[in-house]
Amino acid sequence: MRGRGTVGLRKTPLSDRAPKNCATVHRVLYCAARMQAVKQSLRSGELSFARSDNSTLVIRLSGDWHLRHGLPEPELVTKQLDIAPKPTKLTFDAAGLHDWDSGLLTFLIGVSEICRTRKLPADWSPLPEGVRGLIQLAEAVPEKTGARHEASHTSFIETLGKEAISFAQGLDDFLRFLGEVTIAFGRLAVGKARFRRVDLMVVIQDCGADAFGIVTLVTFLVGVILAFEGAVQLQQFGASIFVADLVAIAMTRDMGAMMAAIIMAGRTGAAFAAQLGSMKVTQEIDALTTMGVSPLEFLVLPRVLALFLMIPLLCVYADCLGVAGGAFVSATMLHISLRTYLTETKNAITLTMIFGGIFKAAVYGIIISVAGCLRGFQCGNSSSAVGDAATKAVVTGIVYVIVACGIFAVVFNILGI
Amino acid sequence: MHFRTNSSDGKRVSVAKFPKDGPPPITVKDLTMAYGTFVLMREINFTVNHGDIFIIMGGSGSGKSTLLRHMLGLIEPAKGEVWYGDFNFTKAEPLQREEMLRHFGVLYQGGALWSSMTLAENVGLPLGEFTDLSQAEIREVAALKLALVGLKGFEGYYPSQISGGMQKRAGLARAIALDPEILFFDEPSAGLDPISSRLLDDLILELRDNLGATIVVVTHELASIFSIGNNSVFLDAESRTMIAHGDPKDLLAHCTDHRVQTFLTRGGSEAEKSARTHG
Repeated sequence: MRGRGTVGLRKTPLSDRAPKNCATVHRVLYCAARMQAVKQSLRSGELSFARSDNSTLVIRLSGDWHLRHGLPEPELVTKQLDIAPKPTKLTFDAAGLHDWDSGLLTFLIGVSEICRTRKLPADWSPLPEGVRGLIQLAEAVPEKTGARHEASHTSFIETLGKEAISFAQGLDDFLRFLGEVTIAFGRLAVGKARFRRVDLMVVIQDCGADAFGIVTLVTFLVGVILAFEGAVQLQQFGASIFVADLVAIAMTRDMGAMMAAIIMAGRTGAAFAAQLGSMKVTQEIDALTTMGVSPLEFLVLPRVLALFLMIPLLCVYADCLGVAGGAFVSATMLHISLRTYLTETKNAITLTMIFGGIFKAAVYGIIISVAGCLRGFQCGNSSSAVGDAATKAVVTGIVYVIVACGIFAVVFNILGI
Repeated sequence: MHFRTNSSDGKRVSVAKFPKDGPPPITVKDLTMAYGTFVLMREINFTVNHGDIFIIMGGSGSGKSTLLRHMLGLIEPAKGEVWYGDFNFTKAEPLQREEMLRHFGVLYQGGALWSSMTLAENVGLPLGEFTDLSQAEIREVAALKLALVGLKGFEGYYPSQISGGMQKRAGLARAIALDPEILFFDEPSAGLDPISSRLLDDLILELRDNLGATIVVVTHELASIFSIGNNSVFLDAESRTMIAHGDPKDLLAHCTDHRVQTFLTRGGSEAEKSARTHG
């Protein structure tokens, strides 16, 4: 047999990277480290190649083959097989092999794959019995045709097209679901829809009273921010009092409804999706269906109804808190009295603005609840799918609310509201 | 077994949905199950007779639970039909299907109890929806159904407060709430210890014998298959169709198909396994 080269599993021992000109202490440490590395090299696995005759390639395995020492590339075998005269058989020499684990097996499975591809006969008998047994086990069930996912590159245009189709499909699903909810509301109006009143009350509490804290904080701060930004500009023209007009009109026309909607989309819309998604995963929705109870009426109707009823109230509350935030800034920064601020606010807004905001909020409520329930029903059958459904519910809810807000702006402008 | 339905004069009357002298309660005709263009199973044909405990068996991923979902109308078949008695379930309108579904009881793998309701409310929900019983009567019936499955005293518990085995039994109590003529079980033994599994099998036999229900069970538990099943269909993932149909004990004794034999003997007889190990 003649050797053709040796490959260690550790390519660059740590000790080889030690500085050459070092102080005595460092030199002692370096020598100690070097000795340790030599010991490790003896223990770690080595791969070498030989030819028993011109037609047989011998893969010689020695030392300890462990995952922590790294794995040699099976391509090393390919290179040896390409050297002329090309071997027609392959065998192993495992006399020097000590300890081994999945590292050796992984390498050998790669070699086996090469042999299969090249239709090269291999003699596995020199390998330890355990290794042969595990290789046999790994190859016992042949790969199922078509099971492997092919890696595919998608171009930007293709991705864009797919996203556009997906958005259109999503809008179609949303409108279809909205239609089904409308029919369910029709059944509710004639007293045919079935759901538990207690469920409705629980959801009303959840998306009404329980949401007061977050709505208070956010809308008060929005009022403060609007007033502060307005005050900085208006002070330059000596028109500080118009901060009250700015805050009142902004809050009642749009910001009150919008902020309530965004808070509820993140809080309640996501909760609806997660609740229904979990029910889908645990087959609770299937259980309702197979009992002849419509999940749409039983689960969706109370949620849509509750948010439809509660969000206008939250909108009014948000309007008040926004005005309060503006009054706070005016009193502390602009030294405008509360009475003057409220009088200016009263003069600035009309009932049409307030009811316009309430109407918008009610529509946003329907959008958010329908988006949340739809995403819950579309949820997959895994725990991660529930998280995805909640995320999608928030994104869908907020996007459609913003779109609706834009449509309202145009329509209200045309109507002169 | 009788059901309450509305008569023309508005009173509730009892009628048998699937009379014993009528057609078989379940007939599956030339059913093909597919996800998009991928055909999971094709040409499924079988009949379930009155009082049968019919086993849908096969290896993991062979489509047993999917077949059950097709039978319950949760998935539409690519081809073929499911008949209940003389009612074509596949071609029926949604409202007619809903009406038919009220005559079935289904026990899902994890029990599928509604987590926001107590056990009594879970069992009482179908009673409240589809009968004229008062709340007090519903509570009484729910307590009885829970007692039948060994959960007396647990009426006020929520599903999260009881064990997996108890959840399955509570799911069974809900499934039998309306005294259905046909009961479906999806992997009833999954996740249960051998004793609980055996108790559930005994409960299934009791329900069949005492309530006269026709039962369809999806399972791959050999102990359950042989102890409760008297009719079965074997689904094979490789050939993507059913390859055997009949009493599981007869299949074990007489079926020559090696796939069925391998399955029913847990990978082959002891002699064959021994020969493989040493040979």
